[in-house]
Parts: sequence; structure tokens; C-alpha cells
Amino acid sequence: MRKRVIFNDKGLPYLLLAPQLAITFVFFFWPAGQAIWFSFLRQDAFGIRTTFVGLENFVELFQDPLYLASAWNTVVFSFWVTLVSMAVALGLAVLADRHIRGAGVYKTLLIWPYAIAPAVAAVLWIFIFHPQVGLLGRFLREIGIAWDYKLNGGQAMLVVIVASAWNQIPYNFLFFLAGLQSIPKSVLEAAAIDGASAQRRFWTVIFPLLSPTTFFLLVVNIVFAFFGTFGVIDALTKGGPAKATETLIYKAYIDGRVNLDLGSSSAQSVVLMLTVILLTAIQFRYIERKVHY
Amino acid sequence: MATLELQGIRKSFGTTHVLHGIDLAVAEGEMIVIVGASGCGKSTLLRIVAGLETATEGRVIIAGADVTRLEPKDRDIAMVFQNYALYPHMSVFDNMAYGLKIRGLPKAEIRARVQQTADLLGIGQLLERKPRQLSGGQRQRVAMGRAIVREPKLFLFDEPLSNLDAKLRVQMRAEIKRLQRRLGVTSLFVTHDQVEAMTLGDRLVVMHEGRAEQVATPMEIWRAPANTYVAGFIGAPAMNFLAAELVEGGAAAKLKAGATIAFADGVHPGGEGAPLIVGIRPEHIQAGSGPGSLPLKVDLVEPLGAESLIHGALPSGETLTVRMSDCSPLAGSVLPVVLPPASLHVFDAEGRRIEAVRRRERTAAAGAVGA
Repeated sequence: MRKRVIFNDKGLPYLLLAPQLAITFVFFFWPAGQAIWFSFLRQDAFGIRTTFVGLENFVELFQDPLYLASAWNTVVFSFWVTLVSMAVALGLAVLADRHIRGAGVYKTLLIWPYAIAPAVAAVLWIFIFHPQVGLLGRFLREIGIAWDYKLNGGQAMLVVIVASAWNQIPYNFLFFLAGLQSIPKSVLEAAAIDGASAQRRFWTVIFPLLSPTTFFLLVVNIVFAFFGTFGVIDALTKGGPAKATETLIYKAYIDGRVNLDLGSSSAQSVVLMLTVILLTAIQFRYIERKVHY
Repeated sequence: MATLELQGIRKSFGTTHVLHGIDLAVAEGEMIVIVGASGCGKSTLLRIVAGLETATEGRVIIAGADVTRLEPKDRDIAMVFQNYALYPHMSVFDNMAYGLKIRGLPKAEIRARVQQTADLLGIGQLLERKPRQLSGGQRQRVAMGRAIVREPKLFLFDEPLSNLDAKLRVQMRAEIKRLQRRLGVTSLFVTHDQVEAMTLGDRLVVMHEGRAEQVATPMEIWRAPANTYVAGFIGAPAMNFLAAELVEGGAAAKLKAGATIAFADGVHPGGEGAPLIVGIRPEHIQAGSGPGSLPLKVDLVEPLGAESLIHGALPSGETLTVRMSDCSPLAGSVLPVVLPPASLHVFDAEGRRIEAVRRRERTAAAGAVGA
């Protein structure tokens, strides 16, 4: 049953929506419009001359091997952050869903990392991974592994993936736990009586029934990996070494803020914006259908 | 098909004791209905048999093998749940085939068995549907089918008809009984509905506060309830209970409401003035004046069509419900009623049934004829 409020005055609904619309306009439509406009322009380094260049910024972007490399970085980074954070969160949620002593404490502790800002989380991971002061970093060097994420691109990618995934686990954990708790116990009992082992119950009943949650989290995590991980990367590697951890969002920032190439930076922002619109569209379309059942 | 035996099943959740030692022996192919009010422990008992709960004490023996410590999957049982518990993401076919696939049966055999069972239940044309596309009755059938297709040793039913509307419930009840007879699978059926219990069970287990108050056939329970709880629970409307005391010699009961009624079946044990509870079913009370009749002040008449329920109070203040087909007095009037001695149930002050110790002349005479 959907409840509908009827307004007699045509103006009132708009008035009530106005604050939200004003905020959206000032903080989204206005800057987004500017980004789109700038993406068609080229400015000299001092901001004196501005020329309209059409789609040239975009053409150059997709011919730039550095841009394509950062796009690939983003794909690798997002894939692993999403996979690791979702898999770990699901595992923890399954454990927390059992009737165990101290489940409340366990759940609270698992949710804590979500309250930590990405930049702070990054510092925390520096203390673990740093080759000279980090616990794990020193240990790895002592056992003879040439560990230095400041020099080795692969290791740097690993570090930013771990730190970002860790930051996102609590969010996924909460959703998976809620998803698990909404599965009727009797369905699992029926599966147990039908002869399914715990593992089989998980893969044939629990996992499929979680698919709406999983799909939702998949989209949210990809968006997070694309846009929400700037702080972690900035604090840990600054996109280095040799641009090995430079993702699209980080490159847009460097090109715009550091290299002052506003046209290219705007074009990159527009590409990112289109990506996020696409992801959201996919989510709305399939979440509505509830995936699988 | 198998026998089932429960030995001294106890269950406690912390300090709450839910089951206080249940013993039960179920013969092969027998349908046992466990009936009781909510919270009596009947579902817990069923779940212990299924292996979904572990008994604090006692043993569960299926087909001679002790399964107390086994997981549900190793017990070879099937269960029908109150909410059906169908796998919502699977088609009807996959729901029914799930257990067979786990057992690793060949595909062709699974298909054949599912089809056969579905046809038996009249859901053969629904195999490709998802549970959400089915009506309540159809889901119920799928849940039954999922249990039947596995050919388990034991069927467990946990209030499977409670979620159906009244008409469908009666229909499914008959269907379950027919199926159970036909397949001959030993079954435990839990319900709070006494009509369901009476019609379905070969024998009933009437449970109350974690104890089996009586285990007997439906008619035995109806004819000779072991105590006032069972007497009040089985039969609708419920049996009337009246305070009384034993008259000297144990041959009659003097009702607090007035009349003294001689027992039809003989002398009952106990001293003079021993407090008794006399029970009589509403349908056994007759209208009529004369010696031993009681004036019933009618305060409510419920016409049910073929008969009427008359609620009223006796001079002692005790309430009495009478079921009559030929009489519907007005509320406020006084109806003289007679309690036929042969229909009386006699209980002691604690509510336990008291049987006559010495049969009266009638029995003695019958014996003499036989000799």
C-alpha cells in the first residue's frame, strides 16, 4: 500500500523541495555544468587566453597512453577492492549471523572501521606496511623479501587495495548481515533436512537469496573504488611510484590542481561523471527487478 | 517407512524447561498427531525429532538406529513447515528435486520421480513456476511434494495447514490423510487445532506445559480423557466442569449446583465428601425437567444452524454450555437441564480421571450370561 499525500496548493510541494533542490543545484548542477563547459575549452598555463576547442580535449585524452594506463589502474584497483572487501565482509557476516556469545560486541567492532576517515585509515596502514617503520613491512624485509611499496609499483597497488578494501568492509558487512537475517530460518532448515551440508546450503540457498544485496553492494563498491578512495591513495602513494597507483580520479586531480590543465581535467571529470551515471542507471534498472527472485 | 521411538526427551533453554521427559513409540506407518496449545513444547519436540534442536536429555530412535547425535541431513526425514519454507529462487521442479540432486540421483530418475509426485499432488503443470507465482494451497502442495519425493523414513508436519483459509484447510486435511494412508509413511503431525488432530491422527499426543498428558486414539481421548486438561482441550465447544463431592459409598456425586447424580459405571474410590470435578460435554446435556434436573439461567444463545449453543449459569454460579438441536430458549429464560449419568466424566480435585473400581450389576449380569 502506497500512501500518497495530496496537496491542494500547487506551490507548496515545490516550496518544500526547494532547499534540497537549491543544494543540488549549487553543489552539483553548477559545478557539473562548469566542468562540461571547461572540457570544451583550452587555457594557457597562466589563465590569460581561453580557446574553444570542441571535443579536442576528449580526443587527446583517449589517445594519451598515460590516461589509458590510469584507466587500466582504475579497473585493476576497483576489481580487487570490490572483490576483497565484499568477500571478506560476506565471510564475516556469515560468522556473525550465527548465535554466538558476544555477537553484539563482535558486530560493533566490525563496524568501527567505517567511522575512520580514509586518510586516517591510510596512515594506519603506513604503520603496518612502511618498509622502515611498518610492522609488516619490517618483517617482510627481515625474511628477505624486497618490500618497498614506495619503489615497487605492484606492491604499491597491493597496499592501496588492502587499505581501501579494509575501509569498505564494515559497510558491506552491515548490508550482508541484514541480508542474511532476512532469509527465513525455515528455508535453511528445509535445506538441512533435504540433506544439504552447510557449504552446499550456502552456495545453493543463501548466496542466491543474497543476490539483490550482492548486486547493490557491487555497484556501490565500484563507485566507492572509483571515487571514494582518493584520500587513501593521496596519503599512501600519491599515485606513485611512477604513476603505478594513479587512478582516474587521482589523475583528474593532478592534471587540474597540480598541472593546471583545466581543460583536460574537466574532460576527465566528464568521463567519470558519465561512468557514474551509467553505473547508477544499471543499478536502478536491475535492483528494481530484484535480481534472481 | 520406519518406526520412531522417543525416550525421556527433555529440553531446557537455560533455566526454562520446555519438555519434561517425553516417551513415545510410533509404529510403522502410523500417523501421530501432537496437539496442544501454543507454548506447550509440541514444535520443540518435532524439531528435536528433525534434528533442528538437540534434546538436553533423552534419545531419538528412528528405525531402530539412535539418531540423537546426528545432523538433520543424516536422519532421512522430511518436514513440511508452517510457512512452507520453499526455496524462493528455485522453480517448483528445482524445489522438489533439491534433495534428490544432493543424493546424486541420475537426472532421468529425478525427472521421473518429481513428475510422478507432482502428478500425484495435482501440480504437474506448475513445475516451471516460481513459488511466488503460486497460491497458498499450491505452495502447500509443493511443500508436500518436496517431502514425498524423497521417500523418507519419516514425515514431520509442523502446523502445515495453519496458513490456509478455512475451506482449503479442510480440503488439504483430507488430502494429507489420504496421502499418508496411501504412502504408508510414519508421520508426526503437530497442530494446535483439535479438529485437525482428531481427524488426522491414528493416535494423538495431547501436550500441556512440556508433558504428554495423554497418548491414545482420538476416540479413546474423547471418550475417556485422562484429566481435565485433555477433557477441556479435545471437543468443541469445551467440556463443562462442575464442582461436586462424593457421597458415601462412592456411588454418586453431589453437585455443588444442586442435584445428586448416581454414577452409571459403578462405585468410585474415595471417602465421603471427597472433592470431585464432574465433566460433561455440551452435546450430552439434555433439556428436561424432573428429578435431578438443574435450572439453567440462559444468558446467551448462539444459533449455528443445525444446532444452537446455549450459555448460561447454574444456581451455584458455575457456567454451563449446552449444545442442542431441537431447542433454542430465549436469553434470560430458565431452561431445566438433565445431566445423563452415562455421559459423566469424573475427576479428582487435581483433575485426574477417576475410574469406577467396581462394575455395577449390569456388568456382573453380562458376565453371568457369558458364563
